Formats: sequence, structure tokens, C-alpha cells
Amino acid sequence: MARTTRRRLLQVSGTGAIAAGTGGLAGILASGRAPAFAQGTSLHWLRWNDFVPAGDEHLRKVALPAAEKALGIKITLESIGGNDLAPRTTAAIQSKAGADIIMGFNSTCQLYSESLADVSDVCEPIGSSQGGFYDAIKANNFDGTKWLAVPHMFGPGMNVYRKSWFDEVGVTSFPDTWDEYRAAGKKLKAKGHPIGQTLGHTFGDAPGFAYAYMWSWGGKEVEPDGKTVAINSKETLESVKFMTAFWKEALDEGGLAWDDSSNNRAFLSGTIASTLNGASIYIEGRRKPAQYQTEDGKAMADDMRHAPNPKGPAGRVHFHGTQSNMLMGYSKNQKAAKDFLRWVHTPENYGPWFRVEKGFASGPTKSWENDPMWKDDPVMLPFKDTAATARATGYAGRPTQKAAEVLNKYIVVDMYAKAVQGMPAEDCVKWAEAELKKVYAV
Amino acid sequence: MASARGTTIQDGVTFFGRVHKKGGILEDERWFAAALLFPTAVLLGLFIAYPFFEGIWLSLTNTRVGVPGEFVGLRNFEKVWNDSIFREAVWNTCWYTFVTTVIKLILGLWLAQLLNRNFKGKALVRAFVLLPFIIPTVLSTFAWKWMFDPTFSVLNWMLFHAGIITTRINWLGDPDLAFSAIIVVNVWRGLPFYAISLLAGLQTISPELQEAAAIDGANGWQRFRHITWPLLLPVTLVVTLFSVIQTFADFQLVYVLTGGGPANATHLFATYAYQIGIGTGLLSEGAAISLAIFPVLMAVVVLQLMYIRRVETR
Repeated sequence: MARTTRRRLLQVSGTGAIAAGTGGLAGILASGRAPAFAQGTSLHWLRWNDFVPAGDEHLRKVALPAAEKALGIKITLESIGGNDLAPRTTAAIQSKAGADIIMGFNSTCQLYSESLADVSDVCEPIGSSQGGFYDAIKANNFDGTKWLAVPHMFGPGMNVYRKSWFDEVGVTSFPDTWDEYRAAGKKLKAKGHPIGQTLGHTFGDAPGFAYAYMWSWGGKEVEPDGKTVAINSKETLESVKFMTAFWKEALDEGGLAWDDSSNNRAFLSGTIASTLNGASIYIEGRRKPAQYQTEDGKAMADDMRHAPNPKGPAGRVHFHGTQSNMLMGYSKNQKAAKDFLRWVHTPENYGPWFRVEKGFASGPTKSWENDPMWKDDPVMLPFKDTAATARATGYAGRPTQKAAEVLNKYIVVDMYAKAVQGMPAEDCVKWAEAELKKVYAV
Repeated sequence: MASARGTTIQDGVTFFGRVHKKGGILEDERWFAAALLFPTAVLLGLFIAYPFFEGIWLSLTNTRVGVPGEFVGLRNFEKVWNDSIFREAVWNTCWYTFVTTVIKLILGLWLAQLLNRNFKGKALVRAFVLLPFIIPTVLSTFAWKWMFDPTFSVLNWMLFHAGIITTRINWLGDPDLAFSAIIVVNVWRGLPFYAISLLAGLQTISPELQEAAAIDGANGWQRFRHITWPLLLPVTLVVTLFSVIQTFADFQLVYVLTGGGPANATHLFATYAYQIGIGTGLLSEGAAISLAIFPVLMAVVVLQLMYIRRVETR
């Protein structure tokens, strides 16, 4: 019987595989990567599990089949938990393999800037034809010379509150300033319905509340040069002092341990009177009126209203979370991916998804303020143009990698969390300043 | 006689179609042992040694996600050493490991003694005791998260209805309570490992020794002190060694339960390394934080192994 050597095995299998239309085992071994058997181009799009499940359903059942038909490519949508996007992105970049397009939150694309494709040729036409991108979302996705990711949406945070409970304590419209909010919250907490807000380590609501609050007092991370740490200011100190009293008098003290979904549950269970959140609480209440009811058996959604942040000494500011789509530099399907992203953002394709989101998602460009969807429900109206009041992290500088590091270390959030746990305000601000200096020093 | 194929054992040994005569390379015990060890060495090299040395190299560079770094010496270690959150994580990890290990050891020993007795349904109880260890940590920790939920805690509900508390206890929002909570969950999860391992140790101790001591008038404590404990010590040390290593590198439990909060009060080495390395993309700093575990663990392991050897050679 003839012996088969390894060399012979490679030759034979290589020949057979060539006949089958591939590079053969030898070729596969030489290239070091798995063979691709797909007939046409295929794209892999990685996103989070949308807080509005109908949005994902629309993508899967309506949008992607239409895109496949229009572009002649196969598109696979994979959705995972928002907290899992960072490890998946890191693994993909390091191994240079994975999804072609990955969703990013806020300024995460700045962290991966060297590994992303330049998508300026996708973004510029979208911006110019749709009224321009809002400043905050542009800051998050533009590095000063090129676009790192295609802005997809704002997930704005508004204060959702129980109208009847505010009326009961004599507050007939949502407080306009932090002082008024604190006074109203004090009365509400006395009645067993505190304001609810997280200062925990959670990616959305905690920075959404803490950063906007600090900015509204005039506090800032760095000077406009983006290097000089400026958090230790009279304004920041005042905000920390106010927070300590505000938390004790008006807020649910369990909020130190909340994640992004805790305030949704607390509100819908009738525990808290108000919270800064995306529109998901209202949308869920509207979707299940029989499940979420007031004490007198009426649909809770009918008792909900939305209002912007109260004003501080420096005005009314928001930190609205943003989402974008990053085209990975390692992707072999650059043209197809860009064509797909262009397709997503045409008004006739973006519009139906945008309307399914019912205001949880606000458009990245200003033209979406004029969409007829905003006329459907007056309770959602405050979301319409709130993106214009948003700032990006790293203020008064740009949302750089350093700003992303500060965000991911929860330094601003923890400055307030330490204060409400009893650390003197001055020490909290000094601690935050020291941490920021370490980040910005390198 | 050795032919190309079909040789007998007496004639020689056939490997991969080639014949080695008696007295060939694999007849030498050293080479034969090396050949047998080779697959294991490859596996250990690939999955233990390579990541370890890669981690060391990473920690000495300024690598970020997608950006190959350059050698920067000990700069990352210097940076993390001056990082107050890192120092908090160091203290948290040491204290967490110490407290949970002591509690697990005491309770595990006690539980093992109970399970070593004869009672009805013994096998079933032993199986149930293992449940916390069998259930995936993430799933069981999510259940605990609900039990400690600041708003919907079932523990608060029970204490309130029993008239013990009048206001909610902020289990995960208060730094001390949050730290206590992660200790409780770790003990709950790790206790079965101690109990079952020590039970196995107890069952190797001859009952005749206990009976003889009892006849000589030794009471329960004396029998434990002078018979059970010395004979159980080698097993106990090995169990503790494994537990210390696992607890020191704990990640899932804290990540799910508190995310390292409130205000970093529950950050451990692993959770902070993850936050820096993966969340912020600073792979080299994340590696430096991870490697900071190494000297401490190494010292613990060496001391324990030395002690085990001393106990075994007594």
C-alpha cells in the first residue's frame, strides 16, 4: 500500500479544492484564514439590542430585506447587549476579523480612530442634504479632519414625570431651575415618590445625568485647548454641594446602585415621580397600558409628561447619548458597506425606522425635526429639537480619547457619587481633578 | 529482525511507519517521557505561557486597541501605581479574598462535617449543596442582583414585613453594604467547593481512628483537634490555594452585581483591568493592572506550596 506523505496530502487536497473553485487546503493554510463560500458580497452589521424592540424588528423584517434587494448584497444583523459592544469591538480590531460595521456609543469611535475607515464621503452628502449634523453628534464622530463613523441617531434624555403627582404637591409645570426641582422633589419624596436618578457605573443614564448637571452649573472638564484640566472650579464645587443636599432631600438614595434599566422599572412600578431617561419608559407604558397603571387604575402613560433638564446658573444643557456606525478598517467590503450606510440614511429608508422608534431615536441631522411623526403624540414633542442643546464629553475641549477615558472611568459620575456618600465637596472635586490630570497628562 | 512494516514488539517499535530498534531513541526513558509530555507542553504553552508572556510584553508597551505600541518600560506600572482607583482596587481585592476565604473555610469545614454524617436523603442533600457551584456565575449573580435591588429587594421586603426594618436598606448603593454583598455572594457560590472537597478528605480518614480516640475518652473537639484536623490539613491547604487564586481573579460576580461601583467601592483587579483595557482601549495599562496580581498571587502560592510540602513530609 502506498504511503501518503503530508506533502502529497496537501498537493492532492489542493488540486481537488482548486477544482471545486477554492484555493485548496494549501492555499487556505498559506492564507491563514477560513475560506469564503458566499456567492455574492455579504455584510455583517453588529448593533445593540434596541431599547425599542420594534426598531430591531423593523430592521430585520423590512429594512434589511429591502436593502438586500436594492444593493444586491447579503446583510446579517447581529444584536447584542450594549455593554458587550466594547469587548466585541476590541476583539474584532485586534484580530482584524469580525463585523464589517459596528455600532458605537457617543465618542467611542475616537478610541478606535486608527482602525476605522474614513467615511467622510458618506457623511458629507448626508449632512449637506439633510440640514446639517447637530454639533454634539458631529463632535463625537469627526476628528477635525475626517469622519470616523456615520452618525446614526441621538437617544435623547428627557425628564419623564408623573403629572398628577407633581400637581398634588402644587407644581403644575415641570420645574424650570435646579432650585425649583429640588423644592418639588422634597415635597414628592415626603409623599413617598422621590425623584430617581442613577450615579452608578452604568454607561447611559449615569453620565447622561452627571455631565449635563455639571455643565449647567458652569463646570467643565478641561479648557477649550483640550489639555488644561479645569474641573476644580467654583462652579463645579457649587454643583457638588448642591447635589449632596438635593440627593438627600429629593432623590431615591438607592440610585447609587442603579443600572440603565433600574429607573425604568422604578418609574413603571410607581416608585419614583420623575427621572431623566430616553423615551423608552413612556413608549413601554404606552405599549402596555393594562400592565402599567396609576393607583386609580388608569393607563400610566396618560399621566406621563416629558420635560428638558432644569436650568442651572450656566443655562440648560443636555448630554444626549449618540449612536453611530463604524466601518471597520479591516473589512474587505468597504464599497458595499458604504453603499449600505448611504442607503440607510436616505429619507425614504431612514424615515420608516425613525417612525417606528416613536421618538426614542432622534435624527442625527436637523431635517428630522420636521418629520410628521412629531405631530402624532404631543407628549413626545420635547424630544423634537432637543439635540441642539446637547454637548459632547470633554467639554470645553473636544471628545478626544482622553475624554473617552474620563467617561469610561466614571470620574465625573463618581465625583458626585462620593459627595452623596459623605465625602466633603472640596475633596470630591480635588479627587476628580487629580484623576483628570493623570488622564490628560500622558 | 526488523522489517519495514509488521514488526513485532520484540523486534522494535513502530512509530508513524518507521521502525525504531530496541534501544532506539524512544527506548531511552528520558526521550520517551519527553514525547509523552510534549502534547501537554504544547497546550500549556499555547494557552497559558503565550498569553502570559504576551501580557507581560503588552504591559511594557503603550499599545492601544488597533495601535501596536512601543516599549515604554515600567511607565504603565508607574501610572497605575499613582492611580487612586487602582490602589482602591488593590485593597478591595486583598480584603475581599481574605474575608471570603476565611468564611468559606470555616463554613465549608462545618458543612463537610455535617455531610459526613449518616442521615436520610444524604445523597440528595449533597447534590443540592453543589448547586451554587454548578449554576453559571452570571445567572446566579443576576438572581442575587434582584435580591439586592435597591427598589425591589426581596430581602428588604421580608425584613420590612417581619418588622425588623422601617426603611429600605440600600444594599448595593452603600459602599460598605455593597462590599458586604459581593462577599456574601462569593461565599454562597464558593462554599460548595470547600464543603465537597473537604468531605472527600474526611472520607479518607479511617473511622477506626475516631473510634479508638473515643474509647480513650476523647471528646468531639479533641477528636477533631488531634485526629481530623491534622489528617485533613493537606486537602484543606490545596482547596484554600485554589480558592485564593480564583477569588483573587474574580470578575463576573462584581461586574454583574455592581460594575465596580458605587464610586469604585467594589472594584477588583479584574474589573478595573477590564474597564481600562477593554472599556477605554488602553490594552497596555489593562495588562499592567492584571499583572499587578501576579507577584501577590505568586507569593501566596509559593508560601502555601512550601507549607503543603512541609505538612506532607512530616
